Amino acid sequence: MLYVVIGYLWAAILLYLLLGGADFGAGIIEFFTSEANQSRTQKTLYRAIGPIWEANHMWLIITVVILFVGFPAIYATMSVYLHIPLTIMLLGIIARGTAFAFRHYDAVVDDMQGLYNRIFVYSSFITPLFLGIIAGSSVSSHIDPMATTFLDAYVYSWLDWFSVSVGLFTVTICGYLAAIYLIGETASHGERQRFMRKARFMNLAAVGCGALVFVAAYAEGIPLFNWVFGNWIGLTAISAATLSLVLMWYLLVKGKRYIVRVLAGFQITMILLVTTIHHFPNIVLLKNGGYLSLLEHRGHDKTIESLGTALLLGSVFILPALFYLIYSFQKKAHAPLKQNF
Amino acid sequence: MDDFIAARSQMALSLGFHIIFSCIGMVMPFFMAVSHWYWLKTNKIVYKNVTKAWSQGVAIFFATGAVSGTVLSFELGLLWPKFMNHAGPIFGMPFSLEGTAFFIEAIALGFFLYGWDRFNPWFHWVTGVIVGISGLVSGILVVAANAWMNSPSGFDYVNGQYINIDPIKAMFNDAWFSQALHMSIAAFAATGFAVAGVHAIMILKHKNVEFHTKSFKIAAVFGCIAALLQPLSGDLSAKYVARTQPAKLAAMEAHFHTEKSASLLIGGIPDTKNKRVDYGLKLPGLLSFMAHGNFDAEVTGLDQIPIQNQPPIAITHYAFQIMVGLGMLMMALSGLYFLALWKYRNWLSSRWLLNLFAVATPAGFIAVEAGWTVTEVGRQPWIIQGIMRTADAVTPMPGIIYSFYLYTGVYVSLALVVIFMLYRQIRMVGKLYDLPATSNQLVH
Repeated sequence: MLYVVIGYLWAAILLYLLLGGADFGAGIIEFFTSEANQSRTQKTLYRAIGPIWEANHMWLIITVVILFVGFPAIYATMSVYLHIPLTIMLLGIIARGTAFAFRHYDAVVDDMQGLYNRIFVYSSFITPLFLGIIAGSSVSSHIDPMATTFLDAYVYSWLDWFSVSVGLFTVTICGYLAAIYLIGETASHGERQRFMRKARFMNLAAVGCGALVFVAAYAEGIPLFNWVFGNWIGLTAISAATLSLVLMWYLLVKGKRYIVRVLAGFQITMILLVTTIHHFPNIVLLKNGGYLSLLEHRGHDKTIESLGTALLLGSVFILPALFYLIYSFQKKAHAPLKQNF
Repeated sequence: MDDFIAARSQMALSLGFHIIFSCIGMVMPFFMAVSHWYWLKTNKIVYKNVTKAWSQGVAIFFATGAVSGTVLSFELGLLWPKFMNHAGPIFGMPFSLEGTAFFIEAIALGFFLYGWDRFNPWFHWVTGVIVGISGLVSGILVVAANAWMNSPSGFDYVNGQYINIDPIKAMFNDAWFSQALHMSIAAFAATGFAVAGVHAIMILKHKNVEFHTKSFKIAAVFGCIAALLQPLSGDLSAKYVARTQPAKLAAMEAHFHTEKSASLLIGGIPDTKNKRVDYGLKLPGLLSFMAHGNFDAEVTGLDQIPIQNQPPIAITHYAFQIMVGLGMLMMALSGLYFLALWKYRNWLSSRWLLNLFAVATPAGFIAVEAGWTVTEVGRQPWIIQGIMRTADAVTPMPGIIYSFYLYTGVYVSLALVVIFMLYRQIRMVGKLYDLPATSNQLVH
């Protein structure tokens, strides 16, 4: 059952990165949209993510619950030493969720819209940036349980070039996923071309930030190169991702709009795979060479047992409903409304 | 303010903020299901308009509740890491299940909000009901987790170690039922009175009277039934608290001295130094009856509780008085309302009854906040009753005071924006929602 729980943890992180990521990315795309196109983009975006945005962010809650129930020592350590980036991320989540809902549901459309838009766009950038920083600092070996000063314990645990680069990389991945997703969400040719350009831009930015992560890792003395390319799984995954990237662009130019989503999702899955598999089962690396391991720092057997059961049980209810939701709105998004009166 | 008090204040603020949104998110779907049902059955457009107007409001509250709930799941660790490190694996079961319930709620809400005219009308109606049921289940599960802190079970605490963990037993701890029942009814009463009050104000202003009258009735009936049922669940809770948390009960009643045939104290100013209460009204024997079902029973006083294990007496006592007082007033108003429905129909359109409801708008929510203050402050100094002290659970990170200021700023501004938006929603009812059938498709 332990491996079922670990599988769910990994899957929840992946789904949050993909679905929540595309959701954040929609705001990032809006940030890079000229004012002339803004309201059109907002409409496409709203139709695309409106019905599912709340569900997308549930994956974060599932991740947190699995951590604090199943692996409380890991949750507690991260909560203490990454308090500041977690708080900033939370403020981003508050700002973004409420601004997104407010701008649609405000009964009067006036100057307030501009404020909601700005908050939505900035928080769409800040939140994944800090999510990435948190992810980066969990493996940067800068968390120091022996630290004696405030700065060492609570600031330098996450504020370093490597973690910030991972944060930027995360932002570009989100923008990339959103652009690829939105290409399939619009019926207009001009709009599609615009999202294609955005996707290309985000793709280049992601490659650039990815390179930056390697440079920063080298500068900080983190053997990232070895983690990624030092074993056959990493090599295979990276090669497969690169191949799928080439294939994806070929198909995009050919006008295929839906299969490319699968390929983009595959690339991100491979990236998460290579960055987690090397240290498995350790998910947090500490400064003194210590680590927090999913196998050693887990809850009691009975807890893991019931957590796994709850997750399996939950999937039976959630997954079909979620697929039906996405399917319904995909299928019906462009269909004319049926009138019932 | 030191860091410990700052952490407690931040937690209180976050919970106090979240509870309002979660009550509304959990109860409004049932109101909407009723008006939606009337629309499908009677084909009267006003019911559809009411449902849509409510659902717009609910979407705002739901989004705010969802994000403030996400924040709480992190704050538990950010502020109380030592508590979560030990308690997480024991009381986490309801949270694991709550994840599912809340996920279903979010999915069903997607169907409901965006599904108008897209699905079979009854399928659409059912998705609305699922929003309500899964919201209620989430609420009950979270309260069950809180109940565990009052009534820890499902483990053995031996030499500082937590052993023989049984998460299922922890979830079904002794307090879960009485607390969950009390809170669920409270959510209906508070939301019912708040919504009814707002519509009563609009009727008094002669704005869209039919629309607001229909809305008022649905909310008022729910709220009044809940207010009349609440004393029963309150009695259950009181007896439970008397048995397992005598210190909390003693603080609620400012009951300083253990005695037989203890009297129930109404109001009064507790004087902790001299261990007496000034000015209160005392009803002989009634506290013994309420706590133990027997007028002669002995009720433990604060004199039996070591001073270091006593909760803050004044806050707990005042909060309890506020909760009970408002509960009684709401009951009285509910009695009047049902009397009007049953015998004196002309009261229903009278200004005085609507005025009373208008005044009672915040009563339920103030009572909910006061009730949670009793539960949480009354449990102090423990975070896990009798096992772990709150002061031992707090994060080692200094400077929490700044975090508290930050959260206060965020929540205060968020509350202001929500109030502002709600005001705009209500003001726009005539233009956006209360429309004749032909122009209705403008609303989406």
